[in-house]
Amino acid sequence: MHISTDPWVWVAAILTLAIFTFLYKDNPLFKFAEHLFVGVATGYGLVIIYFNAFKPNLYQPLFVEHNLLYIIPFFFGILYFSAAIPKFSYMMRWPIALLLGIGSGLSIPLSFQTYIVEHTKSTILRFPYPNAALFINALILFIGVLTVLIYFYFSYPHKGAIGTISRIGIIFIMIGFGASFGYTVMARFSLLVGRIQFLLGQWLGIHTVM
Amino acid sequence: MLQRRIPLVIVFITGVLMSIQYFIPHPVSQSAYNIALTWFRGVASMAYAIAVISFVRHHSRRLKQPQNSFYSAVALAAFLFMCIVGFGFGIGEGTIFAKMYLNVQVPLQATTFSLLAFYMASAAYRAFRVKGLEATLLLITAFIVMFGVTTIGNYIPFIPKLTEWLMAVPNLASKRGILIGVGLGMISTSLKIILGIERNWLGG
Repeated sequence: MHISTDPWVWVAAILTLAIFTFLYKDNPLFKFAEHLFVGVATGYGLVIIYFNAFKPNLYQPLFVEHNLLYIIPFFFGILYFSAAIPKFSYMMRWPIALLLGIGSGLSIPLSFQTYIVEHTKSTILRFPYPNAALFINALILFIGVLTVLIYFYFSYPHKGAIGTISRIGIIFIMIGFGASFGYTVMARFSLLVGRIQFLLGQWLGIHTVM
Repeated sequence: MLQRRIPLVIVFITGVLMSIQYFIPHPVSQSAYNIALTWFRGVASMAYAIAVISFVRHHSRRLKQPQNSFYSAVALAAFLFMCIVGFGFGIGEGTIFAKMYLNVQVPLQATTFSLLAFYMASAAYRAFRVKGLEATLLLITAFIVMFGVTTIGNYIPFIPKLTEWLMAVPNLASKRGILIGVGLGMISTSLKIILGIERNWLGG
C-alpha cells in the first residue's frame, strides 16, 4: 500500500468522496463539492470559450488583423448586452436571429443529407446478397425502419393495417430503447468503476489496474 | 417594427443565404460559408457572457441569504479563481488551470455521473415491473446488452453474438427510423423559423 503524496490526487480523492456522500443524503460536504463544481465548470467554460471561440473567430480578425468585415458579428455580439437596458432590451433578439438564421439555413441541406439521404440509402435493399443471413438482416432492417416511421406518422389513425404495422414499429422501438438503456447503465457503471479504481489505485495504492 | 420585424428579416435573409450556398459549388459560396461559420462561432461565444452574468448575479444575490451564502461564495470564488489562473497564467499543459480541470472538474463530473448508476438501477427496477410485451422486450434487450458488454457475458456462448446482432439490426432499425424522423423535424422547424411561421423564439 503506497498512499499518494501528490496533493492534487488528495484534492481529487476528497472531492470524489464528498460527492459519494450524497448516497447517504444531501449534506453540507456534498453541497460544497457541488458548488465548487459549478464555479470551476463556469470559469473553465468562460476561459475555454474565450481562447477557442471568441479569440480566433472575432478578436483576432477584428482587432489584430483589422478585418472590418468582422465589425458586423462584433456589433451583433455587443447587442446581447442590450438586455441590461430595458428601453433597448428588444435588440437582444438580433444576435439570436443571426444565430438562428445561420443555424437553420445550414441545417436544412445538412439534415437532409445526413439524416434522410444517407439513412435511406443504407436501408434500401440491394440485390444480390452474398448469403441468406445478410439478406434476412437487411430485410429486418428495412421492415424495422419502415414500421418505425409509420408508427411516428400521426396524420392517419392507427387502426386496421396501419395499426398492425405501427404495433410492429413499437416492438422495434422497444428493442432500441432497451439496447440504449443497457448501454447507458453500463456506461455509468464504468464511470463508477473508474472512480473506485482511482480511489483504490492512485490515491490509496491498494489496487493497481494492469 | 424594430422589435419583431427586424429579427424576422435577419433570420429570413441569413437562413435563405445559408441554405442556397450549399447548392452552389463555387469558391465565392464556399468563402461565404466559411465567413458565416466564423461569425456564428464569434457571436455564439459572446452569448456565454450573458450566462456568466446570470451566474454571478444569481450567486451574488444568494450571498445575502444566510443558509446559502457559504455555498454561493464557494461557487463565486471557484469561478474567479479559474478566470484568474486561465486568463492570467494560460491554459496549456501543466498550468494551474489545466491541473484544476484534471484534478477538480474531471473527478467531480465523473463522480456525479457515476452516482447515476445507483439511481438508474432503482429506476430500472420500477420500469421493469411494468407488465406487457413492450416492457418485456425492453427488459430482455437491456439485460442481453448489459451482459454482452461485461466480461461475464463473454463466457456465455451466444450472448456476445446476440448482443452484436441486436445492436446491428433491430436497434439500428429503430434508431434509423427515429433519426429519419428527427431529420424531417429539423428541416420543417428550420423552414418554419426562416419563413417566420415559428416565432416563439421572439418571446412575449
